[in-house]
Amino acid sequence: MIHLQDITKTYPMGKRELTVLNGVNLHIVRGEMVAIMGPSGSGKSTVLNLIGCLDTPTSGSYYLEGREVSHLRRDELAQIRGQKVGFIFQTFNLLPRLSALANVELGLRYAGGSDRKRAMEVLAKIGLSDRANHRPTELSGGEQQRVAIARALVKNPPLILADEPTGNLDSHSGEEVISILTSLHNEQDITMVIITHDQNIAHHCQRIVHLKDGQVVSEETV
Amino acid sequence: MKKWFEPLVTAWGGVVTHKLRSFLTILGIVIGVAAVIILMSIGRGAEAQIISNIESMGSNLVIIYPGDVTYRGVRGAGGSAQTLTMEDAEAIAEQVSYISSVAPSYSSNLQLVVGGENMNSQVTGITPEYMKVNNLELADGTFFSEYDYQHGAKVAVIGANVKETLFESANPVGQQIRMGGNIVRVIGVLESKGGMFGSPDDAILIPLTAMQQTVAQPRTAQGERVVSSITLTVSNEEQADYVVEEITNLLRTRHQLSNNEDDDFSIVSMEEIASTVSEAIGTMTLLLGAIAAISLLVGGIGVMNIMLVSVLERTREIGIRKALGARERDIWGQFLIEAAFLTFTGGIIGVIVGWMVSYLVSAMEIMTTVVTADIVILAVSVSVGIGLFFGFYPAWNASRLNPIEALRYE
Repeated sequence: MIHLQDITKTYPMGKRELTVLNGVNLHIVRGEMVAIMGPSGSGKSTVLNLIGCLDTPTSGSYYLEGREVSHLRRDELAQIRGQKVGFIFQTFNLLPRLSALANVELGLRYAGGSDRKRAMEVLAKIGLSDRANHRPTELSGGEQQRVAIARALVKNPPLILADEPTGNLDSHSGEEVISILTSLHNEQDITMVIITHDQNIAHHCQRIVHLKDGQVVSEETV
Repeated sequence: MKKWFEPLVTAWGGVVTHKLRSFLTILGIVIGVAAVIILMSIGRGAEAQIISNIESMGSNLVIIYPGDVTYRGVRGAGGSAQTLTMEDAEAIAEQVSYISSVAPSYSSNLQLVVGGENMNSQVTGITPEYMKVNNLELADGTFFSEYDYQHGAKVAVIGANVKETLFESANPVGQQIRMGGNIVRVIGVLESKGGMFGSPDDAILIPLTAMQQTVAQPRTAQGERVVSSITLTVSNEEQADYVVEEITNLLRTRHQLSNNEDDDFSIVSMEEIASTVSEAIGTMTLLLGAIAAISLLVGGIGVMNIMLVSVLERTREIGIRKALGARERDIWGQFLIEAAFLTFTGGIIGVIVGWMVSYLVSAMEIMTTVVTADIVILAVSVSVGIGLFFGFYPAWNASRLNPIEALRYE
């Protein structure tokens, strides 16, 4: 499903260059649930952005479902994001002026067109049908993150990427979010990559990848 | 939901989120478009009014004036020379085709006395054709007959202003005017035409034959009787240029002008005046429109300003949309439609406001205004064009945002 080969990523920092990733090799098979851990600055988010086609590597190859995507044009990357990738962010990133339902529907907007019925279905699945017409500010943090999960899920993507999905939640809401993600993974054949600091979450995954200084330092199978 | 419909809904959402801001931006465009329409409709109105004035004098009118007196290299005022004669008028009537009537006239300043009123005024001696040629109608009384003309009857037809000055509200028909040494009886009053230079409202018309008894009509060296002007009507307006050319040739021959001499007369056709005047007013209208367009431009800059703010404010939203798979054209389309929506709405409201103000200006008789379809189409399309033009840069900026940075934007 995901195959990263000698990936490097450098950013210009004034006259010098900042190397964030220094030869990352990673292979994730379809349906796998993988946690990425590591200290801040280790390059976790950059790896996730590359996997999600939000960014392109400076060198190396990235095969997504067997297709080399590291040199595609911006619009082609956007299309891949729209069709194949569902993002879940630490800060939820819902649009504040849209209702929960409209936010979920937005997940379909660039993937082939809105479908209110489908959005409602997914909202029901995560147990928020009664909150469909509430704005994000009227929802608790846990509810907001569940809406964000529904938005990622609504287009049935083969790949879901989550960047510290419980980082802004209390432990109870965090548990809820984790149980939704794990049950999704168990029910549907979705590949999941989750960045986390939380050992508890990591142990729900099948494999934990440790990053440090832009390299994979160890992998453990749970 | 239909796919093409979604960007419109998104743009509408952007507009209603900031109602006051959108309203003020639209207001800028409304003022610009309304100003263009009002000023241009005033210009068009002035043009239409002047053209109709000219046409009321007869658009097939051609007037011949004598040339200037040149004395020791100093050129006198136009019409001051005594080069045009009765015999010229007769020759034109006989020899030039496409002419329906020719009316020579001779004007002179005379002292007029009515009761206690005393005024110095220009009196014009005319032939019976004069009324028809100049498109004149009588408001009261009668015009002198061919018989009166042949016999030099001492009768006068006066203009509306003259009636006002000399007789006030009294009925002038049958009254007498002392004119130089003679007594002239008023037999008719001309219908008022209003308007411009040489208005018949100021005319005092008597038979040219009577004029000759009152003041001595000068004669040229050849013994021809001098006239002040020759007015004629062209039977076919399309032939006006040909007629003017023919008259020029005829008069040059009659006046024995050699090839290197200038014309000692000038010929003015109403059609020419109308086209010159309407061209001049057209330029003025355009100038007015251009001045108004500056406010439209300022409105457009307002749109750009608001769109830049809006893009900055929604940086995070743009990042989210991009993460969800929005392509660059989806993003700039969204902002461009929003800008076009603001200016299009402003344009439509501006047309309505401009139209209403123009109508009021006309209705209150401050000025004549004419709103034409081309002004409306111009104003609306320019306003939408401004929206697209000034919306393009902010929209393009938005579409080029790096999604990762946009998502991190606070």
